[in-house]
Amino acid sequence: MTRHFFGDTTVLLGRSLRHITRSVDTIITTAITPIAMLLLFVYVFGGAINTGSVSYVNYLLPGILLITVASGIAYTAFRLFQDMQSGIFERFQSMPIARSSVLWAHVLTSLVANLISLVVVVLAALLMGFRSGAGVAAWLAVAGILILFTLALTWLAVIAGLSAKTVDGASAFSYPLIFLPFISSAFVPTATMPGPVRWFAENQPVTSIVNAIRHLYTQQPVGGDIWTALAWCVGILVVAYVLATGTYRRKIA
Amino acid sequence: MTAEQVKSPAIRVQGLEKSYKTLRVLRGVDFDVARGSIFALLGSNGAGKTTVVKILSTLLKADAGTARVNGFDVAAQAADVRESISLTGQFAAVDEILTGRENLVLVARLRHLKEPGRIADDLLRRFSLADAGARRVATYSGGMRRRLDIAMSLIGDPPIVFLDEPTTGLDPQARIEAWQAVRELAAQGTTVLLTTQYLDEAEQLADRIAILHEGRIIVNGTLTELKQLLPPAKVEYVEKQPTLEDVFLTLVGADGGVAAPAITTTSAPTSKEQR
Repeated sequence: MTRHFFGDTTVLLGRSLRHITRSVDTIITTAITPIAMLLLFVYVFGGAINTGSVSYVNYLLPGILLITVASGIAYTAFRLFQDMQSGIFERFQSMPIARSSVLWAHVLTSLVANLISLVVVVLAALLMGFRSGAGVAAWLAVAGILILFTLALTWLAVIAGLSAKTVDGASAFSYPLIFLPFISSAFVPTATMPGPVRWFAENQPVTSIVNAIRHLYTQQPVGGDIWTALAWCVGILVVAYVLATGTYRRKIA
Repeated sequence: MTAEQVKSPAIRVQGLEKSYKTLRVLRGVDFDVARGSIFALLGSNGAGKTTVVKILSTLLKADAGTARVNGFDVAAQAADVRESISLTGQFAAVDEILTGRENLVLVARLRHLKEPGRIADDLLRRFSLADAGARRVATYSGGMRRRLDIAMSLIGDPPIVFLDEPTTGLDPQARIEAWQAVRELAAQGTTVLLTTQYLDEAEQLADRIAILHEGRIIVNGTLTELKQLLPPAKVEYVEKQPTLEDVFLTLVGADGGVAAPAITTTSAPTSKEQR
């Protein structure tokens, strides 16, 4: 890390944020699929799903937010892959800049783009009757979990973007991540699932994250879920970060 | 710059080797580039020209041998090398989504220069891009893009510039524009290492030419020296026919001024290459 790290990262962040503002469609398409799912599940399937005292849109929202992030990071991998392919990456690497700045600019851009998409999806949910009486502290905790989750998935996307051979490969890794919330407590309570499926659903990261977010904004005691959720987010984040920076060092060696 | 650096050549490459898996791309490359000169590395596709440039610009590590750029070792003093160079051409891109001016400002900021906006405006004027400066690079022609690329290389006045196939894929007019930009660079005292697969490009621009073939430098000298390697030239008088390039450039109204010589020197007994 050199003395120019923060300055260089800021300059490169400005560059990739311009890319986003000039292709607003990537943020809109990221938000459209989750919003369509919200509509489908709240107005078509939701009536048949028993979620107890919680209204279905309130029940569903956390899972939809995670799906938003999972599809948003496909663009992170895509943008990184484009930079590598076009050669602008090599121009930066041959310049006297802090080399890690190039990655951090993409990571921070991913965070900004995903937060915008998340806000759009939450606004859509508000229109569909989502309500919460939770205070500022609870919402800050929700935001914190979502930021950690986005960073963890973003570093996974960095690995994909750096090691992909084709454009399709760079974004295809996100499909399983988008699918994961379906086998969790995000759409339906896990109680009705058959044994092995239920075991998987209850022990995979999405369930604890979804439950923690849901309990926070519905003002219920969060219990142990929030610690499990944080452990998953931080664990994935650390492993993905180490693997991504390792891949990066091999690329630029 | 220390006295040692002033005396030493701008680039010194000794015994450079590089393999990709079992493919031996460089098998011991040696050459020096004098300060302030234009040096052309000539070779067919796959000869290893880009590999040499990537090693010299610290993007790739050599398997064996040493390379010093501006007196700094590319492996041990990579950061100092990066302060001394800039890279342009085949694989160093411009940002298509940004405007021409934003590209220049970006590089000026990354080189930690003051007044990046003024630097960008100056370069846009010098490279006849002032009118296009506010447009996205995606709308630029190949020639404009390459001029912008070369302009980006000038920012911060690096003493050594690498141009990897600067005219590949350009139309004849754009090619002449790019050549003029390279000459302008050299006129300021910048050392230029240029790779090309076009013989006439090396002939037009370079002070010294080295031919890279099957991983080694097989010849290295001035154009005159290279010509002397072949049997003595004999002078033939041939009727001067305009080349298709002359016709094309005249019709489209370019004033590049690369007139074909009326007398062609050739060492071959027949002149079947004459058009």
